[in-house]
Amino acid sequence: MPARKYLRPERLPTYWCPGCGDGLVVKELAGAFGDLGMDASNTVLVSGIGCAARAPGYFLLESVHGLHGRAVPIAEGIKTARPELNVVIFSGDGDLLGIGCNHLVHASRRDTDLTVVLIDNQIYGMTGGQKSPTTALGVKTLTSPDGNTDRPVDCQALVKAHGSFYARATTFHLPLLGKALRAALTHRGFAVVDVRSQCPVNFGKRLGFKNAYEMLMHFKKAYRPVAGEVDRLGPGEIGITR
Amino acid sequence: MSETKTETSLKGVKNLAALTGNEAVAQALRQINPDVIAAYPITPATEIVQIFSTYVSDGLVNTEFVAVESEHSAMSATIGASAAGARAMTATSSQGLALMWEMLYIASGLRRPIVMPVVNRALSSPINIHCDHSDTMGARDAGWLHIFSEDAQEAYDNTIQAIRISEHPDIQLPTMVTMDGFIISHGMEVVKMLDDDVVRDFVGTYKPDTYLLDVDKPVTMGGLDFTDFYFEHRRQLAEPMEAAPGVVKQIGEEYGKLTGRKFGLYEGYMLDDADYVMVLLGSTAGTAKTIIPELRAKGIKAGLLKLRMFRPFPADEIADAAGRAKKIVVMDRAEGFNAVGGPLCAEVKAALYGKSRAEVVNAVYGLGGRDLGPDLARAAFDLSGPGVIHLGVRG
Repeated sequence: MPARKYLRPERLPTYWCPGCGDGLVVKELAGAFGDLGMDASNTVLVSGIGCAARAPGYFLLESVHGLHGRAVPIAEGIKTARPELNVVIFSGDGDLLGIGCNHLVHASRRDTDLTVVLIDNQIYGMTGGQKSPTTALGVKTLTSPDGNTDRPVDCQALVKAHGSFYARATTFHLPLLGKALRAALTHRGFAVVDVRSQCPVNFGKRLGFKNAYEMLMHFKKAYRPVAGEVDRLGPGEIGITR
Repeated sequence: MSETKTETSLKGVKNLAALTGNEAVAQALRQINPDVIAAYPITPATEIVQIFSTYVSDGLVNTEFVAVESEHSAMSATIGASAAGARAMTATSSQGLALMWEMLYIASGLRRPIVMPVVNRALSSPINIHCDHSDTMGARDAGWLHIFSEDAQEAYDNTIQAIRISEHPDIQLPTMVTMDGFIISHGMEVVKMLDDDVVRDFVGTYKPDTYLLDVDKPVTMGGLDFTDFYFEHRRQLAEPMEAAPGVVKQIGEEYGKLTGRKFGLYEGYMLDDADYVMVLLGSTAGTAKTIIPELRAKGIKAGLLKLRMFRPFPADEIADAAGRAKKIVVMDRAEGFNAVGGPLCAEVKAALYGKSRAEVVNAVYGLGGRDLGPDLARAAFDLSGPGVIHLGVRG
């Protein structure tokens, strides 16, 4: 398996909860690295804080585990000093669209050549299940026991506001996720791959999903792949925009 | 619901509740019933506001709860709410406090009497979620009062008293009430709670002296202040710190009458005749209190001075209480990165200057949650020599 050389199998099993989607994204990204024959000695992973931010630890690549929300500016610093490096960011919805949201907007304005892998589970999972910037309206979480009243952040709208690359996939639609990651990695400029992922332990169970399988089946039903590359993705659509 | 075990109608012994530090502080917040809480999740403080958010949705409080997008926004929103005349609170830890840093100065500069529980946790990098005091030590000169707690009971008691201290007309400054991450925040113990109505009577209704949109008394908060008046305003900001010890003692006495517990600027344990005094903050006092009687049994006159107030710093009281000791061991749960010693030791040495001939020894211990067991605490009494000693570190 060509992906294996990018990973640290000795670190397995991962620290994530059973059924977490983060491992699937790690596998797909390593696969995309393999498919593109990327140079491991020339690729850097950057992350902030949160469950997704632990992903770089499973890669046999240089990495910086920074501070909550600050993965994007740290990555911009790396890319500015060493433009020849491939710089890939692992982030979550709280990290990228909450505490560090302004960095996303401004990096896309500058069109810095970075690839952002956003694992969006719509919850603050690491701290136990508080509502996040992408929690849907009406959804009950530990900090919205009566249902969330705040509208979720529209990541696509933020990224497309400056014409950057945006793709959306889910942890059920893995071939599409792989394709989106390859397209983002080869895109020159700022690229975001928004991956809808499941947090069965600190979110799904409270929503009535018995396990990760049920959440994945929900993704299968709720999201419709769009062929080719489009200008915008509608609600419930997954695919690649440019 | 968890609050059924602390029903307001229950009296006396029934007010005992098995609570973690976070739960105890959440209960204190429920009883205080602030107007606004704005907060962001951060381990190990998340539970305080998360539990509180259930009180909001269950209608047990009248608070507006805002789940903001960062701690910087949490402190900003709390300041805004306070400026608008609300009793506003938040809670945080570690990096969250660090991200609030510039707003901490706005809170004190605008004289907002905000009370904020802070669960002490190490600072990145490397990332660590466990206890040390680096976070609040970094905010020690921000114009906030700092009250340290030894256990969940004190965290509960201090949170309630802090409202009165901060809002006192002679103070009008923000207060952080700290407790050690995980050791207190997640450790369960029996807490003696006051009745809801007793707490509500004690804290009273917040009546701000000035607030925005008071059409009879319009104000501008935080106006431009150059060489003409900035210096005077900064001096005014320092003055309440001089009044604070008296206010803290007075409110501690008043609260003590309700509870039978004593609250001063510090707690002395076998201190009066001690030749060997340990000075420290927070939960490690519990460890010291178990080894000091053992040392006494061996004929070693050991004692403890546990600081409750760190800001303002009770310098005179420390010199009076411990100045005649032969040796004072200052335990710092934060590295000073100054090649001299920890922040607590620097303050203690300054307090003793010209007033004591004691040998002052400085130990930095417990960074990132490293445990200080009885053996190490015992060994701390035997330390000597100048310079900082890192206690319990490998290599």
